[in-house]
Amino acid sequence: MAITASAGTTAATANKKRRRKDAIIFWFMVGPVVLGLLFFIFTPIVWGFLVSLHKSRGTVNLEEYVGLANYYNILTDEDYLKSLLFITQFSLFIVPVTYALSLFLAVMVQNAAWGKGVFRTIFFMPTAISYVIAAMIWRMAIFSGLPYGFANWIIWVTAEIEPIAWIGTIRPPWHYMVLVTVRLWLQVGFYMILFIAGMQDIPQEMYEAARVDGAESKWTLFRHITFPLLRNTSIFVLLVNLVHAFQAFAEFYNILGATWTAGGLLSLARPPLLYLYQVAMNQQFYGTGTAGAFILVLIIFVVTVIQSRLTGGLGKEV
Amino acid sequence: MSRTFRLLNSTLSQFILIFFAILFLIPLYLLLRNSLMTELEITAWDWVFWPEVTQWQNYPELFADPFVPMLNGFKNSAIIATVTVVVQISLSCMAGYALARVPFKYSNIVLWFVLITFLVPLQAMFVPQFVLIAKIGWVNTWQGLIVPGVFNAFNTFMFRQYFLSFPADLEDAGKVDGLNYFGIFWRLALPNAWPIIIALGSLTLVNSWNAFLWPLVIGQGREWWTIQVNISTFLTAQVVVLHSAFAAAFLGALPVLVLFFVLQRYIAQGITRSGIKG
Repeated sequence: MAITASAGTTAATANKKRRRKDAIIFWFMVGPVVLGLLFFIFTPIVWGFLVSLHKSRGTVNLEEYVGLANYYNILTDEDYLKSLLFITQFSLFIVPVTYALSLFLAVMVQNAAWGKGVFRTIFFMPTAISYVIAAMIWRMAIFSGLPYGFANWIIWVTAEIEPIAWIGTIRPPWHYMVLVTVRLWLQVGFYMILFIAGMQDIPQEMYEAARVDGAESKWTLFRHITFPLLRNTSIFVLLVNLVHAFQAFAEFYNILGATWTAGGLLSLARPPLLYLYQVAMNQQFYGTGTAGAFILVLIIFVVTVIQSRLTGGLGKEV
Repeated sequence: MSRTFRLLNSTLSQFILIFFAILFLIPLYLLLRNSLMTELEITAWDWVFWPEVTQWQNYPELFADPFVPMLNGFKNSAIIATVTVVVQISLSCMAGYALARVPFKYSNIVLWFVLITFLVPLQAMFVPQFVLIAKIGWVNTWQGLIVPGVFNAFNTFMFRQYFLSFPADLEDAGKVDGLNYFGIFWRLALPNAWPIIIALGSLTLVNSWNAFLWPLVIGQGREWWTIQVNISTFLTAQVVVLHSAFAAAFLGALPVLVLFFVLQRYIAQGITRSGIKG
């Protein structure tokens, strides 16, 4: 009796000891990331919120408590509201177009008679290019308003259309063309890869079974098998793309940035991040800037929640 | 469907693919072409497909320009990207393994914490983050440019997903040999994780090299400009020197283009993993 009991306790202590050792190893391995995320993501939320309750102009310190005045100011700031409206319109446009084009290219590449790998590489390569460099190509080489711009050359040689000032015109809003195509070029390849991967996961037998059932055309197979089975990929692509679009900055800064004294164009196509950059970095209104940032974060949150509600959410088995 | 129709159909598809491929290659072609032309040729009204005399000296000239610190920009970007990748991937890989494998009572709570941070839209948070970084005096410093980027919830989660399927047999074998969990990670799990390390590592490298907003905000002094900020200053300059701007942009794109080209198989797998599995 006594012997068994003591053996039991030794086992229990050994067990306890091992568990404690595992816990130490766990924290040793996870600790750096958790502490880092706490400090660089949660502290800015807390500290930034405190700053947003202060005037804090020209200083990042808590200077002159103003309550919610910064929130009131930014929410009644016409330019900020305009930028929110603009980014909503822009997202409503860019997200479906990106989705459709990347799905289209994925289907085309997967069904290519030859050169699958080559086409995939070509569509994927722009993903490596930065927004700054793409902005440079778009603004100076393709959509330069002068006749030497590639787009103007093309419309001249094909249809003898006079050069268009792509970035400088307000009506019709040609700058939309510039901003949408640059984002498409940079992003489509990435989402195409996701779709191709999703398509490769669909068991071949499903297509065979459908063919036995008389489904002949590729379109029928796509509509009844490929598209429904890509549901999870689709939701993921839409969600990521939307969150990205709401945080657009670099291509706007680099394509429209320098023209903003000239035409007031930027006030027409200015995303909220660029406006906050001007408020916080140029004017150094940190209190207003942080308030605006939190409102934007909140909006992105709400939009993603609404979107995942509409699409039924991720994770359901297909 | 008749055979001719099918043939016609696939030929048409192939043509559409070629059309899009050309469309996608045009920007890269223009980038290279313009970087090898003179200012006059770029702005000429008559279109030329390729410069008659390729202006290779555009590149050395670029580095001689005292107003745009190109070489320094390259150096800064290389340092930031390298350190970010090495530290971030090490930390995420280790944390991901622990979250997947090391038994701990509150492991799930920690995982939830990581996932919640992943939901915070980081770019949109740049003002609050800047305010904190400025408060601790890290503007215009290496640590300000690098440290906030080395803790990554997304990669940690990706590594966790990867290690979830790490074979338990190997783990048991390690335990029999008297290894603790860190030993198992170091000796057994890590050597088997190279594909995902390469995949996530190269994506991290490209993101770090291409980053614009954070380096713009934190590296304000000219000596702190990264390659992207450098290229951007060509666009915001009073007088744009076109051939230099394109040469700079091409050089800035080259390292990541080569990396993507060489490692595309791994990178594609990495992206795939990030999507839907798990």
